[in-house]
Amino acid sequence: MEVWNYINGHWLTIGNWTLEHLWLIFVSNSIAVFIGVSLGIFIAGKGREEVADTVLYLAGIMMTIPSLALFGLLMPALSAMNLPSIGFLPAVIALILYGQLPILRNTYTAIREVDPAMIEAGRGMGMTPRQILLKIKLPLAVPVIMAGLRNAVVINIGIATIAVFIGARGLGVPIFRGLRTSRMDMIITGAIFVSILALIADGLLAIAEKKLTPEGLKR
Amino acid sequence: MITLENVKKIYPDGTEAVKGISFEVIDGNLCVLLGPSGCGKTTTMKMINRLIPITKGGIYIDDKDTKEMDENELRRNIGYAIQEIGLFPHMTVRENIATVPTLKDWDKERKEKRAEELLTLMGMDPDEFMEKYPTELSGGQKQRVGVARSLGADPPIMLMDEPFGAIDPITRDRLQDEFINIQEEIQKTIVFVTHDINEAIKMGDKVALMKDGELIQYSTPAELLAAPKSRFVRDFVGSDRTLKSLRLMKVEDAMKKSPRAVRKDDDLSEVTSIMAEEDLTYLMVVEDGRRLKGWVNRQDIEDESGVVADVMSEDTGSAELGTSLAEGLTVMLERDVANLPVVDEHGILQGIVTFNDLQSLIGETYTERGGKHPEVTQ
Repeated sequence: MEVWNYINGHWLTIGNWTLEHLWLIFVSNSIAVFIGVSLGIFIAGKGREEVADTVLYLAGIMMTIPSLALFGLLMPALSAMNLPSIGFLPAVIALILYGQLPILRNTYTAIREVDPAMIEAGRGMGMTPRQILLKIKLPLAVPVIMAGLRNAVVINIGIATIAVFIGARGLGVPIFRGLRTSRMDMIITGAIFVSILALIADGLLAIAEKKLTPEGLKR
Repeated sequence: MITLENVKKIYPDGTEAVKGISFEVIDGNLCVLLGPSGCGKTTTMKMINRLIPITKGGIYIDDKDTKEMDENELRRNIGYAIQEIGLFPHMTVRENIATVPTLKDWDKERKEKRAEELLTLMGMDPDEFMEKYPTELSGGQKQRVGVARSLGADPPIMLMDEPFGAIDPITRDRLQDEFINIQEEIQKTIVFVTHDINEAIKMGDKVALMKDGELIQYSTPAELLAAPKSRFVRDFVGSDRTLKSLRLMKVEDAMKKSPRAVRKDDDLSEVTSIMAEEDLTYLMVVEDGRRLKGWVNRQDIEDESGVVADVMSEDTGSAELGTSLAEGLTVMLERDVANLPVVDEHGILQGIVTFNDLQSLIGETYTERGGKHPEVTQ
């Protein structure tokens, strides 16, 4: 009841926090996809098996660093570079790092697992390496890459709440304030909206994944 | 024409996969590269479109050195079909077939027309299959689309790496027959890799038998069977090479043309005298226009009177023109007859193959045509 009252009385503020949260996720994951897919394609290249192992290992380690600690580590690093060490920027950087593993790993795996017979056929018919990548490997990898992105987005929607500790905004704000002032209604409101956001984002991305999956792979 | 001149493939670790082989494939011929696995046949084939770089020597297409061509351009002008097919699952049959035409920037209508043409050539209904995806096709259909795709931009040369290797024997046999007919029509210059001696004999105009990176024998399938150059070749073609050469020859190669025949209403005494005169044990019975009706046996008419129709056997095995001698022999053994009538597609009697003719023909492949190894198998 208390929670309902709180939501009823603050829907504008809550809406604002939600949008801020979304923006944070959108910016960080867009960049994460770009980096992850490019890096994934690169390390999936011929003769880069060792580079791939190292990169995936590092990305794996990244995931094991507690988010709070990562935020803490980013602050001195950024101020040493004369960049804002609190607020939006460190939050985005942290979320990009957290989003890397699922996107990177899925891109890498999907591209490596394209049936060698198709690549052989493509090469034999005179496709350049670039054409093989763009016309065969990537279209076939799209569903798996999308699954990685979904994974990254859902993880990041949760982690982004913690970014409020380093001055970022979003749905972490009511949770953070509620914790400090023992306001259960604020904590629960924040948690509910984060969950709803994660579910909706996951659902929308699932639809996008289906849309982007080449027709021939569905049948 | 494809010319290989002292082609060598030596890998960085020193393995010599291909040890300096030379041969020519003339235009419109299908040359089979045959040999046990690891003999270098696939390596040799892949050096033709430079999927594997040549270490030494040269490969020339119509006297032009392939090394001097752009490798992608070279490959776009050489059809390529492999055992695993490698159809692109995210593309329709039409898009798959149009792969090379797309690389060559053909316009949409031309691509469409070509895909339709090729599906028809493969015996597949374009309306039914054009927009299907590979997952919706059976194994044999995929294989056909794979071959259609390799013919996409109508290349003069094709490389085929065991294209029928991964399908069941019955479908394989049918696809081979179909492809032989297609090849008769399209007359491509083809290099065809297989480890299956029967496929090599059936498909090849020439067979290049390889072993350990060396070309052991390069000859027509008939020569390969009749005159194996070495013990390895003999072992590889198998001890049933007699039967294999029968598969290679047609009934018309062995038949006696326009054999003597009688009619249903001929008097038996007349027939007996013809048989005695010509020392025959059989006579074929025909009706108007020499249509085969049956046969009469000497034993059956002895001491009989009346006309041919009374004693003739109607149920006679026969072989159509174009049937292989192996099939003809099968019919003879099945029916327990020593004389097989040969008819054309209208059932008109063309000739007779006798067991004795077959025997002497087999003997011939082992002596006259063979020469080097004239031993006779029983």
